[in-house]
Amino acid sequence: MKVAVTSKGKEPGSEVDPRFGRCRYFAIIDTDTGGFEAVENEGALAAGGAGPQASQTLSRTGARVVISGSVGPKAFEALKAAGIEIITGGAGTVEEVVKKYMKGELKPVTSHSVDSHSGMGGRRG
Amino acid sequence: MKITVASGKGGTGKTTIAVNLALSVEDAMLIDCDVEGPNSHIFFKEPMVKLKDVSIPTPRFDLDICTYCGKCSDFCQYNAISVVQDKLLFFEELCHGCGGCRIICPVNAISEEEHIIGTIEKGGEEELPLYHGRLNIGEPFGVPIIRELKGLAGERPITIFDSPPGTACPAVETMRDVDFCILVTEPTPFGLHDLKLSVDVIREIGTPFGVIVNRDGIGDDRVESYCERENIPLLARIPNDLEIARLYSEGIPMVKGIPRYEEMFRELFERIRGLVR
Repeated sequence: MKVAVTSKGKEPGSEVDPRFGRCRYFAIIDTDTGGFEAVENEGALAAGGAGPQASQTLSRTGARVVISGSVGPKAFEALKAAGIEIITGGAGTVEEVVKKYMKGELKPVTSHSVDSHSGMGGRRG
Repeated sequence: MKITVASGKGGTGKTTIAVNLALSVEDAMLIDCDVEGPNSHIFFKEPMVKLKDVSIPTPRFDLDICTYCGKCSDFCQYNAISVVQDKLLFFEELCHGCGGCRIICPVNAISEEEHIIGTIEKGGEEELPLYHGRLNIGEPFGVPIIRELKGLAGERPITIFDSPPGTACPAVETMRDVDFCILVTEPTPFGLHDLKLSVDVIREIGTPFGVIVNRDGIGDDRVESYCERENIPLLARIPNDLEIARLYSEGIPMVKGIPRYEEMFRELFERIRGLVR
């Protein structure tokens, strides 16, 4: 199964990006084969709707789970529609959170964890 | 002739300049384009009366026809449409009403419904008609109302537009397609900083422009030296006059209370007319 982690870099040792819609990369880990791939989040700088756009990008990777710091309401809705499980509160490196997830230490959430525009660094769109 | 009064920084005196300029010239009309907070009307006794609603087309999706190809979603520059596998999500608050998704849909699954985003109201006085718009609370995008407001110009030979503050879409919409733009600033570091942002934008738009320093005397001369360096005409300086503030607090425009200011605004208009020619 493919697990996605929002990431600040392209390596397994990269830090988890706490923002979902405006993360730099999605680290995609295949838990069956151990495969690793970094997909750039092209919508990171979108004027609006970064969350739904990132959800679409993620949906195309085939990931079934995404681990991030926080997820806003629109992204939550889009991820739910795509059937992707959401885990928030992820921190540390990509490798570390995937290991925790594999051990069953991280549980999916059932609602969005932050309000709209939280990933915009204080600037309100 | 169309003149827009704009400024990067809020609270520099756009409305004061727009109202007093419009009152000082003959055959003018005033259009307040700050649809998120119109306030030119506070200088007039007559209440504003609703003229019309403003709506934008928003898409409706026929999911029996939709093939979930995602072309509408790829087209939408505002990410208002998400297509994930066999589900389509529409985020109305992100939609700018451009109508592109309906055109791009290969199977005609998208129709349009008008969605009211605000209103246009009329007021002012016999000698000076005033129009303004109001964006409904919760609506994110006022530009369609500003476009409609700008279309009302022409009722009188001279139209003065009071712009929203800043340098984003609503201000750009108000500063474009006019003969001249007045940038109002104050002689402070904040005033200068935001003036520079406005100058960058207006140069990109290409509208001829000049600067008015309001509340002259409260700061320093850096705005003036900036204008000199950049070859920007300094059109007028309005002193930091307690009498202007006192009249303002009673809702009286300075030209109605202090005749010498009417003369100043007439001269300002003639100066602008000379620059436009």
